[in-house]
Amino acid sequence: MRLIVHNMLTCNIKGVINKFPLRIEAEKVIKKEVDFNPDFLRHMLAKIEWKALVDGARSMGYTELPDHAPALESDEPFLRKFHHALLELNLEEGSLVCQESGRKFPVEKRVPNMLLHEDEV
Amino acid sequence: MWFLCVFYHRLLDFRKPEVEALAELFGEDESIQWRLPEHHHNDTPFHFVHLSSEEIAQNIAKRSILVKGMYELWGEGTCYEELKDSIQSFPDSRKLPFLTSDSTFRISVETFGKALTFDEQKERIHSLTYIPFEGKVNLKNPDHNFFLMEMDESEESNGLPPIVQRRIFFGREVGFADRKLLPTFQLKSRTYLGPTAMDAEMAFLMANQAKASSGKLVYDPFVGTGSILVSAARFGAMTMGADIDIRVVRDGRGPDCNVWSNFKQYGLPAPVALLRMDNNVPPWRSGLKEIFDAIICDPPYGVRAGGRKSGGRKILRGTVDPYTVPEDKRTGHIPSTGAYSLVECVHDLLHLAARMLVMKGRLVFFFPVLRDESGSEVKFPEHPCFKLVAVSEQILSSRYSRVLLTMVKVEPYSEEIEEAARLMHLEFRENHLKWLEEGNIHSSVFKPSTDSSQIQTESKTFKDPKPKYRGKYV
Repeated sequence: MRLIVHNMLTCNIKGVINKFPLRIEAEKVIKKEVDFNPDFLRHMLAKIEWKALVDGARSMGYTELPDHAPALESDEPFLRKFHHALLELNLEEGSLVCQESGRKFPVEKRVPNMLLHEDEV
Repeated sequence: MWFLCVFYHRLLDFRKPEVEALAELFGEDESIQWRLPEHHHNDTPFHFVHLSSEEIAQNIAKRSILVKGMYELWGEGTCYEELKDSIQSFPDSRKLPFLTSDSTFRISVETFGKALTFDEQKERIHSLTYIPFEGKVNLKNPDHNFFLMEMDESEESNGLPPIVQRRIFFGREVGFADRKLLPTFQLKSRTYLGPTAMDAEMAFLMANQAKASSGKLVYDPFVGTGSILVSAARFGAMTMGADIDIRVVRDGRGPDCNVWSNFKQYGLPAPVALLRMDNNVPPWRSGLKEIFDAIICDPPYGVRAGGRKSGGRKILRGTVDPYTVPEDKRTGHIPSTGAYSLVECVHDLLHLAARMLVMKGRLVFFFPVLRDESGSEVKFPEHPCFKLVAVSEQILSSRYSRVLLTMVKVEPYSEEIEEAARLMHLEFRENHLKWLEEGNIHSSVFKPSTDSSQIQTESKTFKDPKPKYRGKYV
C-alpha cells in the first residue's frame, strides 16, 4: 500500500465519526523506485490531505517532508520528496488503524483489506 | 483536411468512437466529420474523416486498434481511367513534395474481396506512370508509402446489400497501426488469468475510449486480474484497482502469478494501489473528489461471474440480524457477501464516477443487453452528471450482447445532483425488466430456446435492427 491510497481511505464502520486518517502500523516497509512524472504529481498535490501524508510518511520511516506544502509547487527538490513519499514507500505488511474505534484493517502483500464485518455495516 | 480512414473489418460499432476519442486526446478541437465513399454502406471499412492536421491523423492511426491506416487521398474512381483523371486533377502542390528525387517510395497494391496475382499487381503499379515519381524505390523502409486499393462489389452470402461497390483509391499513407501490440499482449501468454479477464484487443479499445495517457490516474473498481488496467498502463497512465474478492486481488495464484506479475510481465509500472473493498460500502474519505481521470471497468453481469456486496444472503433479506463474529475468530474472518444485482451495481458505479471523476473525465464500462428483434429502444443507465458519447455493441451470442458505454462527466457533483440521480435510478430500476433487475440475466441467457411468442413484448432492442454482417460477430 502506498501513501497515495492511504490518503484516500477511511474507516467506514457505521457510527464512526473520526474516520480519517487511519493510523499506520508498519510491520514491513519496502522502497520501490517509480518513474518521476511531474504532471501526475502536480494533479495529486491538489487533492492530497497534507498532514495525513506527512504523518503517514513518518510511520513508514520517512521524515523529510515539510510540514506544509510550499506555495511554489514547481520546486523540483520538493516534488522529488513528494514523489518519494507518495509513490515509493510501500507498506507490504501492517495495519491501518481507525483512531476512533480501534478497528484494524490489515494490509497483507501490499493489499489493504477494507471489507467490513457483518455487524459493522 | 479529409483523410481516407481504412478500418480492420471487425467490431464495427467500435470503430468511429475510437477515432473520435483519440482525436480528442490528440488535440482535435473541431468536431469530427465523417463521409462515406460513393455507394458504400456504413459497414464498409472505408470512411473519409475530416481532421485538422496530418499529425493528428498519424497519431490516431498509430495508437488505434481498429484503424488499419490513414491516407491522404490522391484520387479515386470506378475504373483506372477515372482514377487517372482524379489523380491528375489533385493539385501538384500537394503531390510534388512527396515525389522528390532525394526521397524513397514504395507502391503497395491492396485488394478487398479478391486476390490479384503478382503480375496483375505489377501491371496496376505500372499503369501509374503518369504520376511523376522522381525518387528511388525502397521496398523495406521507404520515406513515403503509397497505396493502390482496389475492391469489387462484395458479395454477401446472407443476401444483404453489398457494403462496398467497385472502387479504386490511390493515396499516400499518413499513419498506420502498431501491429505488434495485440500479439504482445494477447491473453494466452498472460501470466495470471481469470475467467472474465478482458481480451487484449477490447482492453485497448476501452483504454482508448477513456483517453488513457501519461500523467493520468485510471481506476477500475472491478479489477479482477487487472486485464483492463494493463492496457491503460501500456498507454502511459497510472492505474489503481479494487475488487471484493480477496483471493484475486491479494493472493492470485502465488507470489509470481498475481495481478502485480501481469504488469511485470510487460515491463509496465505496477498499479499505485490494489484494494480489497466493497463498492457498495466504499471507504473513501468524504472530502475526496475529482481524483480519477478515467474509470474503466467491466462490471459483473451475473452471467459468468456474479457481483457481490457486503452482507450474507440471510442478512440482506432480513432473515437474520447482522451477527457479531467472536473476538478470537475475527482475524482472518472472511465477511459473507450477498448477491449484488446488476442495476444496483451500475448505480453505485455511476455514483462513484460522478463524485470521483475529474470534470470531462470519462467513464467507460460494459453493460449487457438481451438481443431481441422486437424494435423497442434499449434504455441505458443514466446520471445527471454524465453525457453519453458512445454506444458500441459487441455481439456475444444469439441471445445477448454487451454494449460499451462511454460517458463524459459534464456536471460537477453536488447534493442536489445526487438526489436527482437517485430518482433516475429508481425509475430505471422500475422500467428495467423484472428478471434483469433480479440479476437474472444469467437464466435468460442459459434457458433453453422458447418460441418468440413467449418473449415479453416490452423487451428492448435497438431502434433499427441493423443487418448483422459476419464482421459484427467477432
